Amino acid sequence: MTPRLMADGLTKRFSGTTVVDNVSFYVDPGQIVGLTGPNGAGKTTLFNLLSGVLKPDAGTLTVNGVDATNLPPYRLARLGLVRTFQLARELDRLSVLENVQLAARNNVGESLTGALFRPAATRQAEQAITQRAREVLSLVSLSAHESKPAAALSGGQKKLLELARCLMAEADIILLDEIAAGVAPHLVEEIAVLIRRLNREHGKTFVIIEHNIGFIRNLASRVVVMASGKVLAEGSFDHVAADPAVVASYLGQAA
Amino acid sequence: MDSYLVAILTVAGIYLILALALNLQFGLTGLINFGVVGFYGLGAYASGIATETFHAPFLAGLLAALIIGAIAGALVALLSLRLSGDFLAIVTLGFAETIRLVFNNEDWLTHGPSGFIIVTRPVIAGLSRTATSWMVLGVILLAALLVLLLMMRLADTPYGRVLRAVREDDLVPATLGKNIFMYRLQAFVLGSAIMAGTGSLYAHYVQTITPDNFTTPVAILVWMSVIVGGAGNMKGTVLGALAVVFIYEGTRFIGPWLTMLDAEQISALRFIIIGVALILMIRFRPEGLLPEAYQRPAEAASRITPSKG
Ligand SMILES: Nc1ncnc2c1ncn2[C@@H]1O[C@H](COP(=O)(O)OP(=O)(O)O)[C@@H](O)[C@H]1O
Ligand SMILES: [Mg+2]
Repeated sequence: MTPRLMADGLTKRFSGTTVVDNVSFYVDPGQIVGLTGPNGAGKTTLFNLLSGVLKPDAGTLTVNGVDATNLPPYRLARLGLVRTFQLARELDRLSVLENVQLAARNNVGESLTGALFRPAATRQAEQAITQRAREVLSLVSLSAHESKPAAALSGGQKKLLELARCLMAEADIILLDEIAAGVAPHLVEEIAVLIRRLNREHGKTFVIIEHNIGFIRNLASRVVVMASGKVLAEGSFDHVAADPAVVASYLGQAA
Repeated sequence: MDSYLVAILTVAGIYLILALALNLQFGLTGLINFGVVGFYGLGAYASGIATETFHAPFLAGLLAALIIGAIAGALVALLSLRLSGDFLAIVTLGFAETIRLVFNNEDWLTHGPSGFIIVTRPVIAGLSRTATSWMVLGVILLAALLVLLLMMRLADTPYGRVLRAVREDDLVPATLGKNIFMYRLQAFVLGSAIMAGTGSLYAHYVQTITPDNFTTPVAILVWMSVIVGGAGNMKGTVLGALAVVFIYEGTRFIGPWLTMLDAEQISALRFIIIGVALILMIRFRPEGLLPEAYQRPAEAASRITPSKG
């Protein structure tokens, strides 16, 4: 079985500091992998490497069996990998609905020629996309806000909007960067249920960065712990939680 | 007075097309083009040279302007679009300045500062003076209408949605699978081609073009039209261009009242008035006369009332 995602020796340095240090890991189809570790461990930077937002200084990346090492973000998205951002990047002056519609794949009306010369196809596609975008918005409890500019959402709602865009994009692999941070507690529970459902019913693969240990324990079939840019431990939640190095790294941060 | 009104409307039509093209680049896509007059002038000379030096008909001149504008737009874009927005601003500024130097110095091609004379006109031969000026106005307003419809269509489709997303935060459309470089390139090239096409219309309207016709004051009025009207909103640009041209042309009439000022001072004063209007606008209504609608009309019409919230 080809792994959905395979990182081999990924390394990223910022002006001399190695922020992601020779990280190798894989994600099999249908897995939910939890990625955790203290602040500054390099988790977000690793996501930036996995999604093409940053180019690695060393190492290779394979997505759905395709060498994706130096591909730009849009090519990775087309290979079926999408992500959310730790600091929500809502498109302020687009409506909430438009933020989600934008994520639709292969939209005929998004090409210059389609928009100008295929009005009927554009309209038809847009109707289907709008309907699906509304379904997605209702999954993340944002339906009531669809016609607001995204700038008007609360911090937690913006995170939900990020999630909604990922769902709309019909990707196989979804990278979620602290998706539950800042989201109201009752919604966090809903997000967890949603992730599990998408995983079980639609076979979606997730990598989840999360500090909320309960969230990870509840969802992840495998946990990767990073510290100082390196993979510190990897395995089932219980296995990792019992690892003395992991305990030490968290205690080190708390101290 | 009648002919003065026709002249103002003609000029307004020309500024309107330039402003619509800039609104595609800046308003929708967020591309800073400080070289509007470079593309505009390039089109004017290209069209003039095609019709006078090579005796091509007006439409061929217009086509030449569009093609050369597109090529120049692509070159400028390829030089700078991958880099930051500030870099594009500087490259376009340099482009306009370079183009102006070429107009001034390549006498064999452009006849330099003394001006390039164009006899070909976009009209039926044998009309009276008045009828000719009305017909030129008609041609320019028709062109403005076509460009307006094109821009409204683009802004209103999913294509325009991607352009606005690129403007807001290009990393988002990029990570959602949009080739943002292609979108920027297309928007820039299309806008540049239209600016050059406007240059062609202008050249065959004024019939004598000099490098001085394509300098910064023109770019300022075009930029003001977009900002006053409301960046991103095509109808706003129509209002903005009309407001800017009428204020600017209206201030011509202050000259006779201020006898202590010479012509140069009057001209500076007109820009000061325009500048003050812009500052007031930005202070009290920064989103412009008609702000961009973040929701497409079609969506509003078909909106389902949420059952719970
Ligand atoms: N663009 C950047 N330039 C320089 N340093 C960076 C950059 N991005 C992240 N870092 C540094 O890399 C380290 C890891 O950051 P990050 O990947 O955000 O960690 P995490 O997501 O695990 O909290 C931090 O020390 C951070 O300051
Ligand atoms: Mg982080």
